[in-house]
Amino acid sequence: MAYNKRLDGRKTKELREMEARSGVIPNADGSAYFRVGNTVVYVAVYGPRPAPRFLANPTKGILRFHYNMMPFSGYGSRIRPGHKRRSQEIGKVMTGALEPVVDLSKYPNTIVDVFVELPQTDAGTRCAAISASSIALADAGIPMTDMVASVAVGQVDGTVVADLTYNEEAYDAIVSDIPVAVIHGSKEISLLQMDGEIKKEDLITALDMAVEVTEEIHRLQVEALTKRFMVE
Amino acid sequence: MIRNIQAVKDLAKQGKRLDARSFSEYRSPVTIETSVSQTAEGSAKVQIGDTIVMAGVKLSLEKPYNDTPNEGGIMINVELLPLSSPDYDPGPPGIKAVELARVTDRSIREAKAIDFKKLCIRKGELAWFISVDILTINDAGNLFDAICLASLVALNETRLRPFDEATGVVDYKGTTDTKLPILKQPLSVTVYKINGALMVDPSRDEEEALDSRLTVAADEDGIISALQKGGSAPLSVNEVSEMVDLALTKIGELRAIMEKK
Repeated sequence: MAYNKRLDGRKTKELREMEARSGVIPNADGSAYFRVGNTVVYVAVYGPRPAPRFLANPTKGILRFHYNMMPFSGYGSRIRPGHKRRSQEIGKVMTGALEPVVDLSKYPNTIVDVFVELPQTDAGTRCAAISASSIALADAGIPMTDMVASVAVGQVDGTVVADLTYNEEAYDAIVSDIPVAVIHGSKEISLLQMDGEIKKEDLITALDMAVEVTEEIHRLQVEALTKRFMVE
Repeated sequence: MIRNIQAVKDLAKQGKRLDARSFSEYRSPVTIETSVSQTAEGSAKVQIGDTIVMAGVKLSLEKPYNDTPNEGGIMINVELLPLSSPDYDPGPPGIKAVELARVTDRSIREAKAIDFKKLCIRKGELAWFISVDILTINDAGNLFDAICLASLVALNETRLRPFDEATGVVDYKGTTDTKLPILKQPLSVTVYKINGALMVDPSRDEEEALDSRLTVAADEDGIISALQKGGSAPLSVNEVSEMVDLALTKIGELRAIMEKK
């Protein structure tokens, strides 16, 4: 009973329907809306602004991510607001995903805060958040050397697939879920995590797939930014 | 953040506003979008000018409180997200968020807008409890009215989930057509007093320039279900009368927009 047909009928490399917009939050210095299937994320960037004294770095600005799921964003009962270990960890790995392309060397003693809010989720939230943050940071005019696009790849009952849904993550077989962030120009990986089990050869197949399919996300990111700055 | 407080005050005296609106004019457009969260049991996004808020309803089956064994309940929570304004920091809700949540809670609770008895499944054992979370996406002023409107629309949109009556387990992936037992439709309008002038739908600059404000919530029959005065300047009875009149008129207009949606 191999996983020959995906639960939602997609091909193995096929991503869910996506939508990207930038400049959606007027108060923010930069912002983005990103939807992949039923996962929706809003991102706002504030800064560079003066860093709190205890954090300030006199050699360069700080990039900080705040990840939050809205209380009604999960399939299940209400999620109580407040600090969670999961949110803290995701904030940290998101910083790692974007830091390689963000250059804050000209902004010592400042901080760039990136706020991530999810009104509805169906897996792949950190990936959607990274893809959206890359748009929002560019929208804010933060010096960047490249864009970062992110997707989860993995193996469901022996088949390597891209952009897993919640139902695939919960599939009753051996499943691996591997969020990957890819720097567009160099094709280097700036975020890599995994839940589940996988053989090394399959991992490499999955990573190659991530590099390939993030091209499509990159195109969407550029489109969202182009639309934003197009002069009528 | 630099605010044009003096300009707002000077203009108010001349009968004008910074954005050229009349005192009784809402920003436009006022838009209402529903089903903005598939995971919520009901949801709405309200936009008034550049102010954007999102409300989502989650339901749970719980044991009723001892003093009301045959009733369900409601909880309203407001989060002023740091995503929505440079004025807000991460952390637990501050006094501004608490006031917004409590006034919205009173507008619904005191209007007896929801038939809590109909939410009871087994007396003293099992009843539906409603959680409404309202989150700010962009705060450009007048959160009171935006939050109250978004909450009501989200409640109207809410459909119960299927559940197992014996165990009280809710099937959050299932759907039903059953609405909440909503009896009244309370909405709020906040009137600001700035330098002698009374105006509605304040911008952030106008909020900072206030002498006083009065939030008025009323149902479709014009029955007032919540009042909240804010700001440090006192109001005369005549002023209150004038402010309530203005609020009731504007509530009617908001209601028309809500019903057309």
